[in-house]
Amino acid sequence: MKQHIRIGCGAGFSGDRLEPALILVQQGQLDYLVLECLAERTIALAQKRKRQDPALGYDPLLERRIESLLPHLLEKKVRLITNMGAANPLAAAQKIVEIAQRLKLSVTVAAVTGDDVFNLLSGNETALETGKSLTDSGALVSANAYLGTDAILPSLATNADIIITGRCADPSLFVSPLVHEFGWSLDDSNQIGQGTVIGHLLECAGQLTGGYFVDPGRKDVPDMAHLGHPFADVSPDGTAIFSKVAGTGGTLTAATAKEQLLYEVMDPSRYITPDVIADFTQVRLEEIGSDQVCATGGRGQNRPNTLKVSVGYEAGFIGEGEISYAGSNALGRAQLAGSIIQERLQDRFTDLRIDYIGSTSVHRTNFGHYPDPYEIRLRVAGRAASLQQAALVGEEVEALYTNGPAGGGGARKYIHEVVGIVSTLMDRQKITASITVLKS
Amino acid sequence: MRIKLYDIAHSRAGDKGNTLTLSLIPYNADDYPLLCTRVTAEAVSRHLEYIVKGEITRYELPNLPALQFVCQQALTGGVTTSLTMDTHGKSLSYALLEMWVDTELMDTE
Repeated sequence: MKQHIRIGCGAGFSGDRLEPALILVQQGQLDYLVLECLAERTIALAQKRKRQDPALGYDPLLERRIESLLPHLLEKKVRLITNMGAANPLAAAQKIVEIAQRLKLSVTVAAVTGDDVFNLLSGNETALETGKSLTDSGALVSANAYLGTDAILPSLATNADIIITGRCADPSLFVSPLVHEFGWSLDDSNQIGQGTVIGHLLECAGQLTGGYFVDPGRKDVPDMAHLGHPFADVSPDGTAIFSKVAGTGGTLTAATAKEQLLYEVMDPSRYITPDVIADFTQVRLEEIGSDQVCATGGRGQNRPNTLKVSVGYEAGFIGEGEISYAGSNALGRAQLAGSIIQERLQDRFTDLRIDYIGSTSVHRTNFGHYPDPYEIRLRVAGRAASLQQAALVGEEVEALYTNGPAGGGGARKYIHEVVGIVSTLMDRQKITASITVLKS
Repeated sequence: MRIKLYDIAHSRAGDKGNTLTLSLIPYNADDYPLLCTRVTAEAVSRHLEYIVKGEITRYELPNLPALQFVCQQALTGGVTTSLTMDTHGKSLSYALLEMWVDTELMDTE
């Protein structure tokens, strides 16, 4: 058994920068690279793309990421684990094989499938968020179960260079190589709980190394323009030392690690994944060197009998319109514009929102700060059942040019089709994961 | 003396559906007891009355040390369907840090 396994995380969301992963592979002496690219709603949008074209539905940046990384992954013998398969891991694997052929490289790709449980749903299941049946939210467009380490492990047992999944729990992308390398038992809840702490700290990539942390003058972080992404050296007992490639920007301290440990965590004593109910309350984060933090103390209880299923539904359209006012009494003129829109649209929209950007638009209040802003941007948003109705919002805001307060400028209008997300639980026995191995 | 939480602690917001999570981490571990005393779930609920419509639960993590607040019905529907500018609620950590607290602990506390 190796003394330690080094796992890097080179992307924390679909739109993340490309170069930190490349630097990790070229200079990081990694055993594994993980790219976590799948948010709650991106898979539902990917399902819509797949429906329009069965060869699509994987991550939109997959081609660019793989083209830049593949030669280096193979040269340095770094295995890649990623959920860039999104709604279509098989098509993603096929695309990777195509890229390898074009680059005249030999690659083996394993696709993990089985998370798409749309055909297993009746629609009468209860949505956790509303307490009502799923179809009460709207016409269903997708249902993907969060797979766990048990679904990923068989692909690691093959000689695949790249393992590509669809929906699975983010920490499981990191727990699976640890279980594979160290032979940890999936029934050892404390060990898997510590593995989940490691995965949770790494999964957002730059959020561990100073990204989303820096606040100039208060929480300073150097060289954010070249932020490095993190890796962890994990010992067979689960002790993990987090660091980043020397010379990259950012910082990794107990403070950055604490923010990330608690990020999106509901009950810190019960962080539920398909692998374990992890307990973060005894975790210790110690700075042991420059940009080096040691994490120990993750624990856990038995894995749940159900898996969370993320269900996408058609939620209509959102129409938006914006226009700016500047100079003396900018806020007063913007507020008059807002009241005009309110009067004209309130009977046609049940859900209408009017924001004064520069004053109260972000926190819905300004906690008693009443500055006299030089400029204010009025923003109006309305939820609509149809495209035509959604278009009204932007049309009305644009019409303020000649029908509204003095000096309005820079009107813009937007319409978005909305996919809503609700969750439900499904007996894990009903869900069967499988793997498909492709070679270039 | 009254100080803003911003002066003694940092925070990161996270979202799960319509639920907002807010960590509160003192720069100096010595300030953790003050945060435990002053920054109760009730006090945060009052401070964030325009933002959080549901219940707030506070979790204490003395080992880190840090507090974690879980705020229900705080994201006007959640990331995909909300009409707000910041649909994730990612900026709301700085709404928490706008809170003022009294640093003088009474003997009886």
